[in-house]
Amino acid sequence: MAAPCVEPAKGGFSFENCGRNDRFKEMGLKFPTAYKTGTTIAGVIFKDGVVLGADTRATEDTVVADKNCAKIHYMADNIYCCGAGTAADTEMTTQMISADLELHRLNTGRVPRVCTANRLLKQMLFRYQGYIGAALVLGGVDVTGPSLYSIWPHGSTDKLPFVTMGSGSLAAMAMFEDRFKPNMSREEAMKLVRDGIAAGIFNDLGSGSNVDLCVITKDKVEYIRPHEIANQKGVKQGSYIYKKGTTAVLSSQVKKIDIEVVATEVKPQPMDTQ
Amino acid sequence: MMSVPNMMSNPLSDYQAPNQVSFSPYEFNGGTILAVAGEDYALIATDTRLSQGFSIHSRDSPKTYPLSNGSVLGCCGFHGDVLTLTKVLGARLQIFEKEHNKPMPTPSVAAMLSTILYYRRFFPYYTHNIVAGLDEEGKGCVYSFDPVGSYEREVFRAKGSASAMLQPLLDNQIGGKNQQSYKVVPIPLKKCVSMVKDVFTSAAERDIYTGDNILISIITKDGVKSEQFPLRRD
Amino acid sequence: MASSMSGPFGNSGPGPLWTGGPAPGQFYNFPGNASIPSNGAAQKTLSPVVMGTSVLAFQFNGGVVIAADMLGSYGSLARFRDCPRLFKVNDSTIIGAAGDYADFQYLTNIIQQHVIDEECLNDGFGYTPKSLHCWLTRVLYNRRSQFNPLWNTYIVVGVEDEKPFLGYVDKIGMAYEAPSLACGFGAYMALPIIRETMEKKPDMNQEEALALIDRCMKLLYYRDARSLNKYQVAVVTKDGVDLRGPIKSQPNWEIAHMIKKKNTGVRMNVVPYDQTVNRV
Repeated sequence: MAAPCVEPAKGGFSFENCGRNDRFKEMGLKFPTAYKTGTTIAGVIFKDGVVLGADTRATEDTVVADKNCAKIHYMADNIYCCGAGTAADTEMTTQMISADLELHRLNTGRVPRVCTANRLLKQMLFRYQGYIGAALVLGGVDVTGPSLYSIWPHGSTDKLPFVTMGSGSLAAMAMFEDRFKPNMSREEAMKLVRDGIAAGIFNDLGSGSNVDLCVITKDKVEYIRPHEIANQKGVKQGSYIYKKGTTAVLSSQVKKIDIEVVATEVKPQPMDTQ
Repeated sequence: MMSVPNMMSNPLSDYQAPNQVSFSPYEFNGGTILAVAGEDYALIATDTRLSQGFSIHSRDSPKTYPLSNGSVLGCCGFHGDVLTLTKVLGARLQIFEKEHNKPMPTPSVAAMLSTILYYRRFFPYYTHNIVAGLDEEGKGCVYSFDPVGSYEREVFRAKGSASAMLQPLLDNQIGGKNQQSYKVVPIPLKKCVSMVKDVFTSAAERDIYTGDNILISIITKDGVKSEQFPLRRD
Repeated sequence: MASSMSGPFGNSGPGPLWTGGPAPGQFYNFPGNASIPSNGAAQKTLSPVVMGTSVLAFQFNGGVVIAADMLGSYGSLARFRDCPRLFKVNDSTIIGAAGDYADFQYLTNIIQQHVIDEECLNDGFGYTPKSLHCWLTRVLYNRRSQFNPLWNTYIVVGVEDEKPFLGYVDKIGMAYEAPSLACGFGAYMALPIIRETMEKKPDMNQEEALALIDRCMKLLYYRDARSLNKYQVAVVTKDGVDLRGPIKSQPNWEIAHMIKKKNTGVRMNVVPYDQTVNRV
């Protein structure tokens, strides 16, 4: 018989336990829950650029895990990407592709294009067959002008003038369908994205806290965080400071430490400027 | 050890019949209730959000129900069961009042609610209940129930979606748990109201099913007084 | 079962209208004497067939407005394009339904018969929006408790004591009242817009309300694959119910030109962005 064939590890994720895990799940084994950014993210193309927007709530089941997380990720100087879905997946995916884009920029000496970022992201996500739960809104400005993509966890993408993603995507999309018009001014576009994200924050329980915006134009990026604090935290009525001695002391022991004092004199020295 | 079924012996074991549209007779509609018994008052508070999944149905749906005998029932969980249970309880209280020509005492309401809940032991009302009122001596009383009718009298209790966040705080602040040399005394009303507002404010920060407003009902021998207090709306 | 066989004359009587069927009038007497067979899922609406989608309703200054499109979907097939899903109960009450269309027709028949029965008593009483809503909560809750739900979400609107009423009931008997209501896809898309507009303009007049309905129906037509741009709308004021329609909303596809072909590997002409846009 042939010797057992051991293939060297090629990198990337291993899926060999997925089938086994599914069967464990059927038998009732509980798996740990990951943070999800039950999210509203959105983007709009306007006259001279792109506006991206996101809420700032991260949830773990029905509990708010992070009240002010950043969901608009850096991809390149001219490209940013909003992430919805499993928080770790959106962060790592954008980081990895961001690194690829930087290498590409150094190799070619050119400003990376948004379509390049899109292609890299979709190829990676497709390779992992949806197991990387990242739903992205990718926007930027390059030599072809502004462009905006939505990228789904399985690797399909859309190139559209306005897109939304996440659990609040329908609320945000309602605002965009109602009010979008081509060639908006910068202010109009920012207002529209704010309204879309705010609709998600107030109508979708998976989204909340603040509105973050990122305005990308030909030679400038403005990352505005927060653009608006949509919900003010309530003010405490009472005081909950404990009196000294509230914590029970079970036993105490005092030990004396012998200290050896060493003194050193430091002389000023002229700096070496040669 | 768990055993993995042998997939080779039955190649069809992975297949399932085509699914019908799933029907669940229950739904969780969120909401949190909280009650505290004081020396001569009982306080019961609720948030006013009614939700389902990731949607908000209503921002003005308090989950406390004033009963005809002057006590207040806090009831949350599946709102369909809440509506039915409160209707049944209201009818039973009216029958009692017509038959005995007096309102039912709060401890008796609690005992009756327990039987009403246990009646549906094998198709339970999916509701978390608290009854707050005054007992026969005029002291504040709070009764808390599980969905199938187990109940006990307590001094303070939180139920519903954020109960796991509120209860430890009350244990510490009212029950004096984990505080050395803390004397447990009945909490004065004013302090109680401000604390209730604070714990709900905190719960609204972290629980997605708690928010919009709180409705605080204070039961004294002079009747029930209510006040509203705003919470986050996201 | 036995009761439906014997009838008022005992075994010597004329017997039921047809064998095994309901006695005359019994059909409308909810839930009737006939016990619903408890075995066999085939009897139950656990697989809805012809479905309606969103219903929207909200109050404005002086009344309530409710709207629903007219599509009856058969799975993904847009099967019936003329299904009214608003039902006028009387001059102050109207209901709208989403979900299984057969269940909706069944219940409207029953309600209709109840309205006639009430009319026959001639005592000046009839359904009010509140009483009908309360009745519906009991019917739907009972049916869900028998694991035989009516696969619908109902929105009851009307004017009672000169005040607007809006009530919601779903197939498991979950019910509430609110100033703005929507079910189906409308709860996710139209409700945010309705809530925002009502917050900005708490005193909408009838024209503004109808304009808002049209905006919402239009965007549902854009995004809800089970919807149609033909809809009915009803306005309830203290003067009565005004049921209008079918209304066709005119969609605007101008921005479709902005959507370029996806990167398919085929080289496309790179056109500067602002030249590809057709302005609205």
